[in-house]
Amino acid sequence: MKGLVLAVVFVGALFLLNGVLSGTLIEGLSISPYYLQILSLAGINIILAVSLNLINGVTGQFSIGHAGFMAIGAYVSAFITLTFGERLRDALGFLPVPAQNAVILLVVLAAGAVCAAIAGFFVGVPSLRLRGDYLAIVTLGFGEIIRVFILNIDAVGGARGLGGIPQLANFFWIYLFAAATILVVSRIVRSSFGRTLIAIREDEIAAEAMGVNTTRSKVISFVVSSAMAGIAGGLFAHYLMYLHTNSFTFVRSFEIIIMVVIGGLGSITGSVLGAVLFIGLTEGLREFAQYRMLLFSLLLVVIMIVRPQGILGHRELKSFLSRRRKTDPAPPAISG
Amino acid sequence: MTTFLQQLVNGLSLGSIYALIALGYTMVYGVLRLINFAHGDVYMVGAYTGYYLSRRLKGDEPSLVGALLVMLGAMLACAVLGVIIERFAYRPVRRAARLTLLITAIGVSLFLENGAQLVFGADPKFFPSLAPRADFIVGGVRLTSEQLTVIAVSFLLMILLRFFILKTRTGKAMRAVSFNLDAAKLMGISTDRIIAITFALGSALAAAAGVLIGMQIPKIDPLMGIIYGLKAFVAAVLGGIGNVPGAVIGGLLIGTSEVMVVGYLSSTFRDAIAFGILILVLLLRPQGIFGRVEKEKV
Repeated sequence: MKGLVLAVVFVGALFLLNGVLSGTLIEGLSISPYYLQILSLAGINIILAVSLNLINGVTGQFSIGHAGFMAIGAYVSAFITLTFGERLRDALGFLPVPAQNAVILLVVLAAGAVCAAIAGFFVGVPSLRLRGDYLAIVTLGFGEIIRVFILNIDAVGGARGLGGIPQLANFFWIYLFAAATILVVSRIVRSSFGRTLIAIREDEIAAEAMGVNTTRSKVISFVVSSAMAGIAGGLFAHYLMYLHTNSFTFVRSFEIIIMVVIGGLGSITGSVLGAVLFIGLTEGLREFAQYRMLLFSLLLVVIMIVRPQGILGHRELKSFLSRRRKTDPAPPAISG
Repeated sequence: MTTFLQQLVNGLSLGSIYALIALGYTMVYGVLRLINFAHGDVYMVGAYTGYYLSRRLKGDEPSLVGALLVMLGAMLACAVLGVIIERFAYRPVRRAARLTLLITAIGVSLFLENGAQLVFGADPKFFPSLAPRADFIVGGVRLTSEQLTVIAVSFLLMILLRFFILKTRTGKAMRAVSFNLDAAKLMGISTDRIIAITFALGSALAAAAGVLIGMQIPKIDPLMGIIYGLKAFVAAVLGGIGNVPGAVIGGLLIGTSEVMVVGYLSSTFRDAIAFGILILVLLLRPQGIFGRVEKEKV
């Protein structure tokens, strides 16, 4: 009951914040659309980083194909909106327009998430039997195959890109889903299933010896993570209103990895922090745009040398803020 | 039949490039158990070094001596680059978890790609022709002098490498390090030196591949190393990673199958074929053609 009240309060507050930021609520009070867009894209990055953290940080399986699943979610949801959106809208004629938009957005996001999850299943089953470096390369390859595949489908624009997508998503929806992603991932981590995932990260052989079906757990974690990337892709498509496969190259996957690694593998608040830092630095260094990735790559190497567990390590922000630290043992080393 | 032979020649010349790059992957994996993500980018730097060196020699007629100088220069530059990467990025994390090593390698790779875009410019450059060129027609199959050079130089380098690994003391030490790093250290082998030499050799071979690809497909860009690097990595896995002859066979197989698929089916999935092979290998025979199964010890 308390959770429900909290959820209602959160949604309400987010709704009001959205109104204030976009200037629809109070006349003359808003932030510039530029900052609103940066904030919204940061929200999408939070979803991507937190979901990638589930597989890379919590389960310890290093995937670098996240952009591929994001692309699937983006293209599937945009395609459905463009093809069936009007028919869906007619069927929903009895509802006011904002409600129609909300229902359409939820339906297409669900479809995108399901397709990304299916793709995650078919990628995960063969590749999660591999360990460490192999998995990294295979997921990188799959991510690129997905992109090349989409590039060659004419129905979604191919190399021309896919335009004319209605802007159904906004700040409110993006942060609603970001909060949902954080909630789901942190619940998973604290569940008994989450414990098996951490056991796999710490020592796969030991976990297997203790009766954990490692492949099954890894695949489930991968599928959930892919579905969330699909949602992020759908929001991305319905926020920016234009899609091109160039947005989903391995560079995007690497960006998400940088966010997760900087924040700390296995730490959810770390991923959020990483995503916000990444966006902040990206926009702050816009004048030095060509040095940006150079700086990030250097940062990645330096972090690995001096603090391989990232800023927060496996721990959550809360454990740094509270005085009592006895419940938090020293973070275990990342095992590979 | 003529078409098939023609495709075979094209495939072999592309495959020898992959093989040269794959050798670097497999050697580094042999000594460090690390997939050197940055290796493809070293190959790219090799191609650019070759490009700038040959621009320097401009004015002269394309000559064999010039081509040789360009190639040796690029190999030397990349050998130094490989040693620097090993010394400043990999050595500090060598004892850390493998994931840390892998992320470091990804970071180095991104650094080289973005650095190259700054230094060399993001636009593709056109490699000048290095050697006088001629076409030969043998039984209806067209052999360009570039293709013949690529195949000949690659095989020469591979034979030299094999000789080095099997017959010299340093080569023997490399094999010892690859067999067991700690035991090799206890036997008085300077493992740091051997690892540095391995990086230097692998990077020099990648640079040679870069110059050779510049001769064959004269368009180079800062991101060219990614896709070639990945395919060469697949070649190394196909042959059995850590296995030197395996890398060569793997490279030739990947190159040939890629050209065959493009020639007979469609060029759309040109880059997907290597990954298809990789997935099949990993599912059916993860140790590769010549690889030995490594038992996992707890």
